[in-house]
Amino acid sequence: MKIIADKPKMLTETPTHYCPGCTHGIVHRLIAEVLEELGKTEGAIGIAPVGCAVYAYRYFNCDMIEAAHGRAPAISSAVRRVVNPDNIIFCYQGDGDCASIGMAETVHAAMRGENITVIFINNGIYGMTGGQMAPTTMPGVKATTCIYGRDPKVYGNPVHLSEMLATLTGPAYIERVACYDVPHVKKAKAALKKAFTVQMEKKGLSFIEVLASCPTNFHMTPIEAMEFVKTQAEPFYPLGVFKDITKEEN
Amino acid sequence: MKKIIISGFGGQGVLSLGKFISYSAIEQNLNTSWLPSYGPEMRGGTANCSVIYSDEEIAAPVIDRPDILIVFNEPSLDKFEASVKEGGIIISNSDIVHKKPTRKDVTHYEIPVDTLASAINKRGANVYMLGVLLPVFGDITEESAVQAVEHVFEAKPKVIPSNIECLKAGIAYMKNLMK
Amino acid sequence: MKKLWKGNEAIAEAAVAAGCRYFFGYPITPQNEIPEYLSWRLFEVGGAFIQAESELSAINMVYGAASAGARAMTSSSSPGISLKQEGISYIAAAELPCVIVNMMRSGPGLGGIQASQGDYFQATKGGGHGDYHCIVYAPSTVQEFVDIIYNAFDVADEYRNPVMIIGDGMLGQMMEPAEIPPMKDTSKMFEKYHKDEWATCGHSDGKPRIINSLRIEPDENEEFTLRLYKKYEEIAKKETKVEEYRMDDAEIVFVAYGSVARICKAAIVELREQGIKAGLIRPITLYPYPTATIEKAAKSDKVKKFVTVEMSMGQMVEDVRLAVNGKKPVEFYGRCGGNVMMPADLVKYIKEGK
Repeated sequence: MKIIADKPKMLTETPTHYCPGCTHGIVHRLIAEVLEELGKTEGAIGIAPVGCAVYAYRYFNCDMIEAAHGRAPAISSAVRRVVNPDNIIFCYQGDGDCASIGMAETVHAAMRGENITVIFINNGIYGMTGGQMAPTTMPGVKATTCIYGRDPKVYGNPVHLSEMLATLTGPAYIERVACYDVPHVKKAKAALKKAFTVQMEKKGLSFIEVLASCPTNFHMTPIEAMEFVKTQAEPFYPLGVFKDITKEEN
Repeated sequence: MKKIIISGFGGQGVLSLGKFISYSAIEQNLNTSWLPSYGPEMRGGTANCSVIYSDEEIAAPVIDRPDILIVFNEPSLDKFEASVKEGGIIISNSDIVHKKPTRKDVTHYEIPVDTLASAINKRGANVYMLGVLLPVFGDITEESAVQAVEHVFEAKPKVIPSNIECLKAGIAYMKNLMK
Repeated sequence: MKKLWKGNEAIAEAAVAAGCRYFFGYPITPQNEIPEYLSWRLFEVGGAFIQAESELSAINMVYGAASAGARAMTSSSSPGISLKQEGISYIAAAELPCVIVNMMRSGPGLGGIQASQGDYFQATKGGGHGDYHCIVYAPSTVQEFVDIIYNAFDVADEYRNPVMIIGDGMLGQMMEPAEIPPMKDTSKMFEKYHKDEWATCGHSDGKPRIINSLRIEPDENEEFTLRLYKKYEEIAKKETKVEEYRMDDAEIVFVAYGSVARICKAAIVELREQGIKAGLIRPITLYPYPTATIEKAAKSDKVKKFVTVEMSMGQMVEDVRLAVNGKKPVEFYGRCGGNVMMPADLVKYIKEGK
């Protein structure tokens, strides 16, 4: 018998606490696979957020720092200056972390063009705290702090973070991906690989936004939650590459 | 121990005159402290500094009863005149300060320092004033003051000779006045 | 050799001499000369400086650099230190070493920019959320500031605990002669303190290091907090510092720290010239607090009363009262809003009671 697929060594043996149908586990695995394929697991440093992925430091088999809510890009900016420039540094953040409380840290790390990779999990809802409105909750979508659905006149508008960061000079690579079916998981993996490659080439900040599912807080089955990402989230948050300085260079 | 308050408009070199005194004192291995007022106004507002030098340890860097008050504008005279020690000295830049102190128990010198300095160096009024102060102090040597001037203008060596000229002219002027 | 130094610049150079290689800060008066100086100086010695987007970011950059095992610091003034409190709590809880300088200005709110001591409670009683303490020093001269920061990084490393040094606008802005000690050899610091133990500097030995302050199980968090407080007990035993000035025969005991202690010293000289036996207890560490020294003085038959002097409405006086424990009267003299008391004010207070 031949093993054709195995759990990446970059992930620890600790079982994850994520709900069934959640995208976090998929993205964890993709990051681990990509770092192994690039041969960059040694010396990698990850920064975990506050939010559903708060325990990310238990799952990645590398040095991990648990950040205060939203501060991962600030922390990683400092770590970048201390450690070997060849060490991979990645921030793993949710939408509340990256686009709300940590918006300033996200934008300024991008402005500085920090040579780090930010993975931004956008599921359009606060998961860990129980389904409150996120900075990325779409108009009309219900949350526990907008129970009749998000009315932009009352609750303000959501943010398209990838598009916004793409207006800056600092970032090197920005792409939005999704994980609702196998082709998209493969594309997401390719995007992560590109992002880490950009970091290895020391080109500056790479930013991957992943449209993610949250069956629990949207009160859906895992399949319905994936459908929601495909039919509702993707049209509102179009997938694609928003910035790529490697292309501009060619 | 000498306690000196220097006050005027920001931009008149008030703070740097204080620094010159502290730098001169340290050249003679004296203890010294220089405490500036600081605030949002960079130019045109009021500025003052408290300078102390002593052969003993300096406890408080704040001055409630200055031995010597140097004023470069009238509001400064209004503000600090009452605080000067009995028998103390007030020196005013008489090009700008036309008022006279009301106190009778202090010695007052009026020095048209802008006019006097401008013949040598238009921006040399505060170094000229440093020269004026040396005969008043009596214990800071010309050599120390020259070293202080050289130190402060280290990055701008071109301006050193004319400033030293101002310093010497100030010393001579004051010696003559105090005769 | 002693040179004339501006307080803030002396502190910055002394930090470099102590082996600090990373500074993260945000402009605020009256501490701006510290980031200005380090913004060029650190690059000369192979370190780095970031002008952060906010104080929140700055303290979290310190968290990051300290996590990776580096000697890092930040400085700010009162409103900025309030913003840093979240990060300081996390740093204490993650047991990271670092140095934080607060050049206090008057509050509350935006307050003013003149010297104040209104942040005593914040510095010594936690400041941020949860059960923790910074080790807090309060130097009173530029030279003492230099000597304390020179040592502070070692203390922070030894206990894996944040050190806060509080001065005020007066100390930061004034110039005094000071001597910067020689540059410490930084080549082994990293190995000595952190590398193989805990720092998340990118290990490749298959044993991931984790910097974390999340302890979601009550038992786990309690066990941790108890250990933290054991550490504080040890710190109290070994690191408490206090100066006693003319206390041998003192009948009136001033208790004051920082620049106010200097004003007390000048007042004591005047009072003694007038036949009044005054002395001073000057806490150099505010946490741990030199309670024993005050207790001892309170038990002395000579001592008639204590007068706590602060540039605040009375914060440290609470610790003095706790230490004196009713044995002698404890009075308070304070100025606030950025106003500074003069030695003559204190002389008058002692003689006339106002």
